[in-house]
Amino acid sequence: MKLIKVEHAYKIYKNGTTAVADLSVSIDKGEFVFVIGTTGSGKSTFIKMLYREEKPTSGSVIVGGIDVAKLRNSKVYKLRRKLGVVFQDFKLLPKLNVYENVAFALETLGLPNDEIRPKVLRAIEAVGLKEKTRNLPSELSGGEQQRVAIARAIVNEPKLLICDEPTGNLDPETSKGIMKILDKINQELGTTIIMATHDKELVNKMKKRVLVIENGVLASDTKKGSYKVHESIKNS
Amino acid sequence: MRALRILRRSIRDSFKSVFRNFSLSMASIACTTITLILVAISLVLTYNVRQVTTDLEHELTIVVYLNKDVTEEQKVRISNDLETMENVDSYVLKSKDEWKAEMKEEDESLENALDIFEENPLLDSIIVTVDDVKNLGVTAEKLRAYDFVSSAEYGEGMVENVIGIFDAISVGTIGIVVALVLVTAFLISNTIKLTIFSRRTEIEIMRLVGASNTAIKLPFVFEGFILGIFGSIIPIILTIYGYVFLFNQTGGYVFTQIITLVEPFPFVLIVSLFLVVVGSLVGMLGSWRAVKKYLKI
Repeated sequence: MKLIKVEHAYKIYKNGTTAVADLSVSIDKGEFVFVIGTTGSGKSTFIKMLYREEKPTSGSVIVGGIDVAKLRNSKVYKLRRKLGVVFQDFKLLPKLNVYENVAFALETLGLPNDEIRPKVLRAIEAVGLKEKTRNLPSELSGGEQQRVAIARAIVNEPKLLICDEPTGNLDPETSKGIMKILDKINQELGTTIIMATHDKELVNKMKKRVLVIENGVLASDTKKGSYKVHESIKNS
Repeated sequence: MRALRILRRSIRDSFKSVFRNFSLSMASIACTTITLILVAISLVLTYNVRQVTTDLEHELTIVVYLNKDVTEEQKVRISNDLETMENVDSYVLKSKDEWKAEMKEEDESLENALDIFEENPLLDSIIVTVDDVKNLGVTAEKLRAYDFVSSAEYGEGMVENVIGIFDAISVGTIGIVVALVLVTAFLISNTIKLTIFSRRTEIEIMRLVGASNTAIKLPFVFEGFILGIFGSIIPIILTIYGYVFLFNQTGGYVFTQIITLVEPFPFVLIVSLFLVVVGSLVGMLGSWRAVKKYLKI
């Protein structure tokens, strides 16, 4: 069953730059997909269109049955509640501890406390931070901070998890740990994961579906792909 | 229930934010306080001036003196005309004998003087109370037009001047109040702008996790509201104690017996209520402006 369906999507900025051109792709529920491409390839714009940070200029981008192109600003929250987003820079609130950072997502949505607590504890446990519930972000390593961000993204049990270069700030060993967690979330919870990355090693090791975006165009789409495909396109 | 929880959370967050950005909040509160003190002074002044004007207006009448040879028919005619005349609130016919009796009562020497005359030297008259004192002159002119009217007097010039001055004071103070309110709203807007900037990560996360626009904006609007309320505390205390003190010290009169102060209660309570309302509205107005301008969601 399709969770994401992108058809002939274009994104042309006001200054005339075409970030995405005639991009069509569909992603099934439960898939783990890497999106790779050089800086300025349009990979980030594609990712941003999925959570409606950017609006396609034309074409359709349907996520979980919602047409992102037609979604009004005031209704964007309806889409965002169906997905989780993880960034390279974690985006944690420095004055809140691990538990509070994760709970923040649910409190903002107005969930009752008795519902928040078990969900938050479950999410923290899923990322292996049960022992550090009361720690502040400043007391955590980069990898641990990213795990808190993942816990916050999955606490509302979204169908889709979008990760925009989540290992960009982390060393290779820590990155592997993050990938393990993401893979576990994908396998055990059935969450669809779309991850933009530059990390060659991770992509090659994971053997997942790989979308290569070059100059705003979908250059290749391979099941169990690797970064090599990307390199061969660059060299051709 | 969800909406209620969001509301509760918004209020909690706005209180937290007021104390988290304490120095900024204090600046806004201080500014609101100063403005509201001036608003209170303006209100007290305007209301008292209005009171004096109203008192004066009630006391202002046109005294229409009729000719010595006025007939009963003519008196009936002018009375009927006064019934329908524009700007006439009420009128009382006062005969020359009534005047004489009244004057005799007031002063004994007048009693003797008036008795010298065989015939009562005074004139029959009509005392006319008007609706709008500003048109006193026009009404007096109309009455003077009757050929059996000797004169119609109301203290020309002085009345218009006094009312004109009072009106100018009222308009001036209202103008100052409006200007001050706008300045305060702008300052509160600036505070909220800085709060928005200092909380941009929080706002970004709220947007990402799917908080509705209302849920994101509410804490900021509440923050402005709270700043406004806090800013009105000192002005209210000053109004209540200050005005009561002034009233007690002066005995309710300023300069002369003509200018009387409004009774403190419930006047100060109404002014206080007005200050809270103005403070909170100005706060919300300021924060709403900042939210509209700087909170891009």
